[in-house]
Amino acid sequence: MTKIAMNVNGKAVSREVPDNTLLVEYIREHLRLTGTHVGCDTSQCGACVVHVDGKAMKSCTMLAAAAEGATVTTVEGLAASKDELHPMQIAFKDNHGLQCGFCTPGMIMSATDMVERYQAEGKELTEEAIRHELEGNICRCTGYHNIVKSIQDGASKMTNA
Amino acid sequence: MYTTKYHKASDAANAASLLSGAQDGKILAGGQTLVPTMKQRLAAPSDLVDISGIDALRGITVTARKKLGVLKAKDGATITIGAATTHAEVAGNADLAKACPVICGLAGEIGDPAVRHRGTIGGSVANNDPAADYPAALMALGATITTNQRSISADDFFTGLFATALNDGEIITEISFQAPAEGGYGKFPSPASRYAMVGVFAAKSIDGDVRVAVTGAGDDGVFRHAGLEAALASNWSADAVSGVDVSADGLMSDIHGNAAYRANLIGVMAKKAVSA
Repeated sequence: MTKIAMNVNGKAVSREVPDNTLLVEYIREHLRLTGTHVGCDTSQCGACVVHVDGKAMKSCTMLAAAAEGATVTTVEGLAASKDELHPMQIAFKDNHGLQCGFCTPGMIMSATDMVERYQAEGKELTEEAIRHELEGNICRCTGYHNIVKSIQDGASKMTNA
Repeated sequence: MYTTKYHKASDAANAASLLSGAQDGKILAGGQTLVPTMKQRLAAPSDLVDISGIDALRGITVTARKKLGVLKAKDGATITIGAATTHAEVAGNADLAKACPVICGLAGEIGDPAVRHRGTIGGSVANNDPAADYPAALMALGATITTNQRSISADDFFTGLFATALNDGEIITEISFQAPAEGGYGKFPSPASRYAMVGVFAAKSIDGDVRVAVTGAGDDGVFRHAGLEAALASNWSADAVSGVDVSADGLMSDIHGNAAYRANLIGVMAKKAVSA
């Protein structure tokens, strides 16, 4: 057991957990933030994507101990407050970017990461680029079309926000 | 996952000493292969020594041969990449994109964006997955793998499937190579995993030496292809590849494709590499 401290969604947290605890277990089972999902558990589906120090990572493929001292954002911490949604969340709602919704937290975390990265590099996030960037996020319902539309809309909402 | 003891190393020497104190310790870099392997209980190290937070093992330096003007690939440059540098950092490095764009492109196609934010070049090289991209690049570029003990040429480093020349307790600290005058990577990714079913890295050095390395295809892991090297040394073009007979001997056959299929793909990917 090791005491692992980090900042999750703007709050300093600390839990005594076994060394083999995955970051996603730390988030879901110890912090009870169940917005981050476990889909495949083999690092392919991306339902578990969170931001670690501002970068999208698969929380099922990382030990909590490796995130000691890091700043972590989960889907619960994306919006500015509890009473509102992040522009990307609004875009997914507006564009029907989900059906069952299981993959959506990961999709949204990957989406905001790609928008921020492309904006920082001054590159245009085209439809083709979005599809390529979604390589590590699997959706079994939508056929991706509305997810891509949501991300395009979310990108412009984030730019104009 | 079986229980394990986690250690955060402060530097390479500390990592080596933590490793030597462990019963069956393993280095943890990005963990994008090791963590899934441990979750499947295919690996059960008693201790994990995390080197991902060691700043001295991160970063990319590009030293151009010529000081004058803007850095261009053809001018030559010495490139050094710290072992704990992530794929995303390699893919997005502006100096590297000028001096050796092929390596940025290769890194940018590994896994997916989230994996690239965490996976490292040193981890990939140490793991030597027979379908990984970096081993082909390092072999074709004639790279040097530096460890906490010595320097090893890529030709001597990759010794077989998931096997390397690394001793117990030996830790990769950096990878270095000369930027090639010409270089290309042709990859046919598995439609499911995106690992290379065949990847061919072709490089022509500033001095005109041509080296061609193939990943994803060999029964014994990454290998150099003498026939393609000879053909491309005299004529760096897709046409030259057409005249090379690629044998299926020693190539992998699996659910994705048999040896003959892979032999054909080697030619196709070699053409793609030199046409890039």
